[in-house]
Amino acid sequence: MENMAGTRARLVWAVNLSAVILVLLWIIPTVGLLVSSFRDRDQIITSGWWKALFPSEQSTFVRSSPPDTQIEENGVYIISGNLFNESDIEGELVAFGVNSRNPSAFSLGEEAPMSKERTLFLKENGDYRIESPEPHTGSRGVRIFVTYVEPAQFTLDNYRQVIFAEGIGQSFLNTFSVTIPATVIPILVAAFAAYALAWMQFPGRAILIAVVVGLLVVPLQLALIPLLRFHNSIGIGKEYIGIWLAHTGFGLPLAVYLLRNYIAGLPREIIESARVDGATDFQIFRRIVLPLSFPALASFAIFQFLWVWNDLLVATIFLGNSEQQLVMTGRLRELLGSRGGDWEILASSAFVSIVVPLIVFFAMQKFLVRGLLAGSVKGG
Amino acid sequence: MAELKLTDVSKSYGDVEVLRDINLDISTGELIVFVGPSGCGKSTLLRMIAGLEKISGGKLEIDGLLVNDVPPAQRGVAMVFQSYALYPHMTVRENMAFALQIAKWQKNDIDEAVNKAAQALQLDPYLDRLPKALSGGQRQRVAIGRSIVRDPKVFLFDEPLSNLDAALRVATRIEISQLKQNMPESTMIYVTHDQVEAMTLASRIVVLHGGDIEQVGAPLELYERPKNEFVARFIGSPAMNLFPGEIVETGEKTVVRLEGGGEAQSQIPSKENDKGRKVNVGIRPEDFTLANGSGIYSGNVQISEALGEVTLLYFDKESIEDEGVIAKLPGIHPGLLHQNVSVSADPSKVHIFVNGISLLYS
Repeated sequence: MENMAGTRARLVWAVNLSAVILVLLWIIPTVGLLVSSFRDRDQIITSGWWKALFPSEQSTFVRSSPPDTQIEENGVYIISGNLFNESDIEGELVAFGVNSRNPSAFSLGEEAPMSKERTLFLKENGDYRIESPEPHTGSRGVRIFVTYVEPAQFTLDNYRQVIFAEGIGQSFLNTFSVTIPATVIPILVAAFAAYALAWMQFPGRAILIAVVVGLLVVPLQLALIPLLRFHNSIGIGKEYIGIWLAHTGFGLPLAVYLLRNYIAGLPREIIESARVDGATDFQIFRRIVLPLSFPALASFAIFQFLWVWNDLLVATIFLGNSEQQLVMTGRLRELLGSRGGDWEILASSAFVSIVVPLIVFFAMQKFLVRGLLAGSVKGG
Repeated sequence: MAELKLTDVSKSYGDVEVLRDINLDISTGELIVFVGPSGCGKSTLLRMIAGLEKISGGKLEIDGLLVNDVPPAQRGVAMVFQSYALYPHMTVRENMAFALQIAKWQKNDIDEAVNKAAQALQLDPYLDRLPKALSGGQRQRVAIGRSIVRDPKVFLFDEPLSNLDAALRVATRIEISQLKQNMPESTMIYVTHDQVEAMTLASRIVVLHGGDIEQVGAPLELYERPKNEFVARFIGSPAMNLFPGEIVETGEKTVVRLEGGGEAQSQIPSKENDKGRKVNVGIRPEDFTLANGSGIYSGNVQISEALGEVTLLYFDKESIEDEGVIAKLPGIHPGLLHQNVSVSADPSKVHIFVNGISLLYS
């Protein structure tokens, strides 16, 4: 027995450990995105997010003071200054160079020969000196290539940029005007349909259910253009009503399927009891089935809300690009720039736009309760 | 407060006929119990009366009105389900008020009816609880209360006690019995497979078997004068013993010689030409008495169960399936185990079945 208990404890450990590992694996990308959202563009480009806590080695160049600041000493023309004072470099200098091919060719304090017999000295404190037998010419300073170690750095600039971007507030409202009706309408329609498909007898019911299940596998991309043309032909193209209907249509198969399965699982006796009590189908639906279906309604509402909230494709097709119609995802895409290379914006906007779905989830969560049917029927 | 009349009522699911030509008259104030083994169609018949199942053939009349196609609500019936079927999201009060709200009663009237029913069932302390906070017996009382408040023409009970534990079952059975006494005018139909419930509650019992009515009658009538072997064995526990034999004497009294030896005398009269007929003699275990000398039956006691008030003796039980012969003797009888014992019975307690039908009714 003791042996068995030991095996069991080990098994529990193994299960817990694998759960922890799975969870970690699962959240790593999110953590990465979160960390990236607090780093600035240059850091993201030069090092991975997992190095964010450590100092990073960077290379850049700094222009020395212009030639007109040169002084002559014993026949040598000298330009001098301090790198830290004249640039926004922070951190510790490691090495320097005289061309972009090798910015860390010389260690600090070394004598670095440049073209035209010039020589560059650079000290750790950033003091530089360029000596030349001939007078320095030109109007711009000499480029000094340096490699330096920058301390770990976090910034809220990305968030500032996303949140206070021009028009983001309007887009936020626009997204709400799309999302709320596009969540509520399919639930209303689907709940009625689900009740009918689950509890009302009528010819062709089984076929109708099969069709709904079949529609689940139709990709929505297939319907985008025909639907838009249809909307245009009846005069609701590029209007809110059009996108509500589109999202409703795309969401309905899943909604009907999900809700029907749940509602069909309600105890038959409850429905029959209500029927004997004199309730009509509508009354049974409204007074009995609807309150008991909150868990299913809430889970579908979360699904649909998330999907519509994060949707870019349908919004791009069924809404215009005007200030009054551009949704959050569209606005964020514009922020990313034409090449979409601004990772830091992508990362921070992801976290900005996740806030509302999180609120929705936690608000709906209290409906996702078990034991709603407790006490109704034996064993229920 | 209602009369029911079933004329040739039948029910079939596709080709499968589950009820055939049911004819039954139920008058006001009766408590009719449908009893029978599983799958005999008793629940289906009840659900047809409730309107939850379509009637495939025949006529169902309530108070002289044909209600075959009338929806449940308008038939004036209330039903108590085996599994309570309470509305889990409503309090006890709301559960009981639901039907009245649907019927658009005034709020005051609803409160009054609910309070009255709650008092009758001693549910007043629980009116604001949800069903999940109630015990099984309380839930079943709520289910009953929900039907009472509507003051229906007919109460339908579908095995209301089978989900309760033994002690609660007895208590709730007595409650239903009292309920009936307090409402002498109401008509009730009660489905059960438990013959104790049937015997104690019913004014008349309808025994169903395989979609047919085997016998309709008062509980003791079924016990004392079963129409056929099925009813004889179904009513009473343990079941009636059957012994094959042949009629040897006819007249006022009938004498049957049993195949295993021994003779049984019955008070059931028989006709001259019955002589020589193959029959089954039926004797209830509790009707056996110990016989001096050779009785109707003698055998070796293989198992003896002493229950205190009675002792059950099992004879000739060859295997687990073999029912053998059972005698139920009052009192305690130690020392009978593994003995050869003879038992006999009073002629008034001896039943005779010809081809499965009681000689009384032939």
